[in-house]
Amino acid sequence: MVAPQSAAAAAKGGSAPSPRGEWQFLQGNEACALAAVAAGCRFYAGYPISPSSEVAEYLSSLLPRCGGRFIQMEDEIAAMGAIIGGSLAGLKAMTATSGPGLSLKQENLGYACMAEVPCVIINVMRGGPSTGAPTSPAQGDIMQARWGTHGDHPTIALTPGSVDEIYRKTIRAFNLAERFRTPVQLLLDEINGHMREKVWVPAAEDIEIVNRTAPPPPSPGYLPYRLDNKLVPQLAPFGTGYRYHVTGLDHGEDGFPTNDPKERARLHKRLMDKISKFEEELEDYERVDVEDADTLLVAFGSTARSAMGALRTARSQGKRVGLFRPITLWPFPEKAFRQAASRAKRILVAEMNLGQLILEIERLTAPGQEVSGVQRSDGEPINPLQILERL
Amino acid sequence: MTVNATNIAEVEMASYDFSKYIRGRYIPHIWCPGCGNGIVLKSLIRAIASSGLDLEKVCLVSGIGCSSRTTGYMDFNTLHTTHGRALAFATGLKFARPELPVLVVSGDGDALAIGGNHFIHSCRRNIDLTLVLFNNHIYGMTGGQFSPTTPRKSFASTSPFGNIEPAFDICQLAIGAGATYVARGTTYHALALDKLILGGIHNKGFSIIEVVTQCPVYYGRKNNQKSPAAALMWQRDHAVAVDRFRKMTPEEQEGKFAIGVLHNQPRPEYNEEYQKLVDRVSGRAS
Repeated sequence: MVAPQSAAAAAKGGSAPSPRGEWQFLQGNEACALAAVAAGCRFYAGYPISPSSEVAEYLSSLLPRCGGRFIQMEDEIAAMGAIIGGSLAGLKAMTATSGPGLSLKQENLGYACMAEVPCVIINVMRGGPSTGAPTSPAQGDIMQARWGTHGDHPTIALTPGSVDEIYRKTIRAFNLAERFRTPVQLLLDEINGHMREKVWVPAAEDIEIVNRTAPPPPSPGYLPYRLDNKLVPQLAPFGTGYRYHVTGLDHGEDGFPTNDPKERARLHKRLMDKISKFEEELEDYERVDVEDADTLLVAFGSTARSAMGALRTARSQGKRVGLFRPITLWPFPEKAFRQAASRAKRILVAEMNLGQLILEIERLTAPGQEVSGVQRSDGEPINPLQILERL
Repeated sequence: MTVNATNIAEVEMASYDFSKYIRGRYIPHIWCPGCGNGIVLKSLIRAIASSGLDLEKVCLVSGIGCSSRTTGYMDFNTLHTTHGRALAFATGLKFARPELPVLVVSGDGDALAIGGNHFIHSCRRNIDLTLVLFNNHIYGMTGGQFSPTTPRKSFASTSPFGNIEPAFDICQLAIGAGATYVARGTTYHALALDKLILGGIHNKGFSIIEVVTQCPVYYGRKNNQKSPAAALMWQRDHAVAVDRFRKMTPEEQEGKFAIGVLHNQPRPEYNEEYQKLVDRVSGRAS
């Protein structure tokens, strides 16, 4: 078997194109579940919600057979709490949900940011607000992913486009969560979550796996949140001889609540710095035909596929159109976007919502560049023609 | 002091060395003078100490509120979570590593209002957790608002004209939802409480120990318990040992409450059931 190409994208995906493996025909949510297990996930807690439920269904079958733990909790909030507990016990942990569920999880998501507990949250996006359109596609949760929980907090969110990419980015989501000790959100949508495509499933030995770093041996002076130049603390799994304290309150390096303004400021700054200082490591994107583009399309997830179709047709008509597709959505790959947009006079942002990513793009464009959007929130996908007529 | 049959418990308590279980550097605690939480904390320590559990493995999980600050003061693996969610976090911890003993401390508002769903489902699931529920009949930390266990007609900062809501009977709720060990104690009967908690630790399944405790500042002050001692006397005068309580007529039971082990009926524990499932399916292709 020959590995799939787009080598640059694969390299960014955390795992190099593997020489060994096999093609499989998988549904997006199924690929996500399989990749989670391949990444070392051994703990799932969730609550049924469309259109993400297949992730739970597949894992309920996979995990008990590979030494993992699967539990269906009483609600979304409990599921988020349980994966934090499971992760503190030392297991790689995840949950899957959709917009309404993510709304409910926000407080505990913030707890995981604050207490620095690695975990992965799959959000198969559907229409909103409220119950919205449970089985229709949307991309309306991207600002919720960024800012949903209260207070300043770091966010890592990835948005794969194809089913093959869902497989690779699910693995990357776990690697980043463990590397940075923070929740990582993987934003799918109803289209790529439910679509079936061929997926290159690498042999296990060819998958790059990142595990959380082990703490120093137990000692009376153990500081779970010690500030060092790596900025990522080394929390020990519970019950392994450290006996420390974890709280969502502002805390010092010893993990205990503090009212000292200096300690508080230091904590908040480190939480932000541990992501913002590593944006290059996190950045992940695809650029197509941007070198001579005077019109730049920006799209992510399944909408980027329509944008690709529009681009090809436009190019065949001699129009100089390029595409910038963020794969790491948060932190937004600013530098790469600015380079891609450097020659563009027009920037067209296509997204299945009424204008969310466009705000970020407007922030990053130079004076004189015209920014407009192709937007849709009627439960139907943005099709290539809809984009093409604007090119 | 001469030790005799009547004061032996007192002497034992006075000489008990709590320092091994307490994070001394975080004392003094934040609780108000006269609060019952310290009594529960010490009882919890004596129960854990006498349980034979490996102290390195003991996990203590709490939510938000006065009672939930207990975790910070106790020298175990401690997890202070979000409001109402202690049981959800604890379920994850216990399910990930069933060999760890996991105890949960929570309050009446935390466990029964905002966390009510996790409470009933933990009982139903019968996962091996021991919940010590501090019932002071009020939201203390936020300034004395009425809770799901505030008695009718009681005064609270959000019931200035008397509470019109009926209260939960925590133990009946737990029994109805499927908990396998249900007990009630008070801070007045502190040494009896040790045994109730110990019974919960030994029960393989979901255990709940309701502890009727005093909040002199926000509950007692407004409800005819003018001092911490008066609140303890109220407990003494209204708590009845469960065996005796069951022999009383409904008229005699009026206004009183039973203490002791109210329910102890083992049934399959969640982690054991999960292990059976694993044994059944491991090695299967699909």
